[in-house]
Amino acid sequence: MPILDIRNLNVRFATQDGEVSAVNDVSLSVEKGECLGIVGESGSGKSQTFMAAMGLLAANGRANGEILFDGANLVGASEDAFNTVRGNRMSMIFQDPMTSLTPHMKIGRQLAEVLVHHRGASVVEARIQSLAMLKRVQIPEAERRLDMYPHELSGGLRQRVMIAMALLCSPEVIIADEPTTALDVTVQAQILDIIHDVKERLKTAVVLITHDLGVVAGLADRVAVMYAGRIVEVGDVGSIFSDPRHPYTKGLLACTPRLDDARQGIMTTIQGQPPNLQRLPSGCSFHPRCSYAAERCANERPALEIYGQGRARACFKDLKAA
Amino acid sequence: MLSFVARRLLIAIPTLWAIITVCFFLMRAAPGGPFDGEAPVPPEILANLRAAYHLDKPVMQQYISYIADLAHGNFGPSFKYKDFTVTELIAQGFPISAQNGLSAILLAIFIGVPFGILAALRQNSASDYSIMGVAMTGIVVPSFVMAPILILIFAIGLKDTPFQLPAGTWEGGAIKHRILPVFCLSLVYIAYLARITRASMIEALRQNYVRTARAKGLPFRQVVVRHALKTALVPVVTFLGPGIAFLLTGSMVIETIFQLPGIGRYFVQGALNRDYTLVMGVTILSASLIILMNIVVDVVYGFLDPRVRYD
Repeated sequence: MPILDIRNLNVRFATQDGEVSAVNDVSLSVEKGECLGIVGESGSGKSQTFMAAMGLLAANGRANGEILFDGANLVGASEDAFNTVRGNRMSMIFQDPMTSLTPHMKIGRQLAEVLVHHRGASVVEARIQSLAMLKRVQIPEAERRLDMYPHELSGGLRQRVMIAMALLCSPEVIIADEPTTALDVTVQAQILDIIHDVKERLKTAVVLITHDLGVVAGLADRVAVMYAGRIVEVGDVGSIFSDPRHPYTKGLLACTPRLDDARQGIMTTIQGQPPNLQRLPSGCSFHPRCSYAAERCANERPALEIYGQGRARACFKDLKAA
Repeated sequence: MLSFVARRLLIAIPTLWAIITVCFFLMRAAPGGPFDGEAPVPPEILANLRAAYHLDKPVMQQYISYIADLAHGNFGPSFKYKDFTVTELIAQGFPISAQNGLSAILLAIFIGVPFGILAALRQNSASDYSIMGVAMTGIVVPSFVMAPILILIFAIGLKDTPFQLPAGTWEGGAIKHRILPVFCLSLVYIAYLARITRASMIEALRQNYVRTARAKGLPFRQVVVRHALKTALVPVVTFLGPGIAFLLTGSMVIETIFQLPGIGRYFVQGALNRDYTLVMGVTILSASLIILMNIVVDVVYGFLDPRVRYD
């Protein structure tokens, strides 16, 4: 049984200009110990899917469908129910480490309160365990950092603190929402190494949300590609990269700059812009930007069809391997 | 931090001196003088009076001798309240104004801040709208309207009931006699504090670190109190600094309506009477309090946010 099983999830936001459909009929599952990469542009619904799973949607957001965590549905669950899961069995690492730690609390206290709350640990115990966790995520001079405020740490260190915080209660699932986007390239690699280490050694399931295909390629076992709030393609990482079967995935891969490319200077792009979530195009949301689009694509929405082993895609066109 | 406070206190000296100087010359520039009454004073007596208070000397000389007296802690005699020095007048009235002001500030903090937080947590709900509606009323209705209304209700309407409250009497500061004036003083501050707290709390709850705290599975109460509140209090402290200084020095309106022997009325009476020394005295007092409170505010910032540096 998958540890996290999302079924037919819809997320809507009520705004003054009408309803925004951020996530549409998304079904995803994460197995124990697996790393699932979620790829998509800004506004593709990749973050909101998992914000819903954490019960962190904005006040005007509503989730519909099922989010089964270890068999229990979290959609519509109370804050108290979420609070037994969040930070304990499922935790989240956010994009911006510079603003994601409370500025007026020492690192040690911010870590310790997780253990005090979920494990009933004493303050001393919690401090010892926090220190061990800081060392595990390779924070130098960890003891000294416990008594520092977040602003005294660099971005990379703060992201390590966030990871340590997420790991404190040995969660079954860690959701990493663009964990490296705000960091320097060299620091990015270190953070990804740590996440890799967590996955390998602690057998924690990791959901890696990113727009960076390189990040996914290095870490994920499976990849789901999202566009306009829907999953357009799912598969294991190798086949997605070597044999994309959805025009959007194909387009994304083509956009990745390559050092060994002979055509210097001109970057491939996908024409057009991501659609307005309040006025989604008819039929397949991607058809206005799709070079394979046919008449049918504008009228009918392709369903996510399973084909082959663990692979699915939502497209009428039978794209074959290039 | 000690050196920061010391530095700020040192800078306060030239600031105060500038205030004193401007105030001194403005008062002398205002037409009329302290001895203008309804009945004209015979010229010989006026000349004697002016000589007795050194008003016959050139203004510059008066200024220098006033500053010299100040340096010795002497605020001079009042021109209007004969037989009293300004120091005596302030020493009598200031404790009363300060006690009432302090009670009003505490009342405002303990009512305004919690209601502001409540309104923020239930943003756009019925309770938010009603708290903000009452607060807006508190801000727009001036105290000279609110005070008589409260007197009508509590002193007259509820006469001979256990809820009757006296008004217009002081009785040496018995608690019962302070309730209405203190409440009137604090109303505007309750209202402002509620509105400021609500706005800053809503802002604080939107911060990424509040989301992190929620993602940790902490109960919402704990998220608010530990993670959001300190940030939300920064604008509240900013407002309270000068607010406290104003409240401690009394309110002319409230002290007149409730017949309180504070110093609030000296600000207006002193200016109208051209009681030069008294005006200077209360101005120096309130200016010092404002300067002092601003230093306190800056120190408190450091406790609310460790990123604030004092060097």
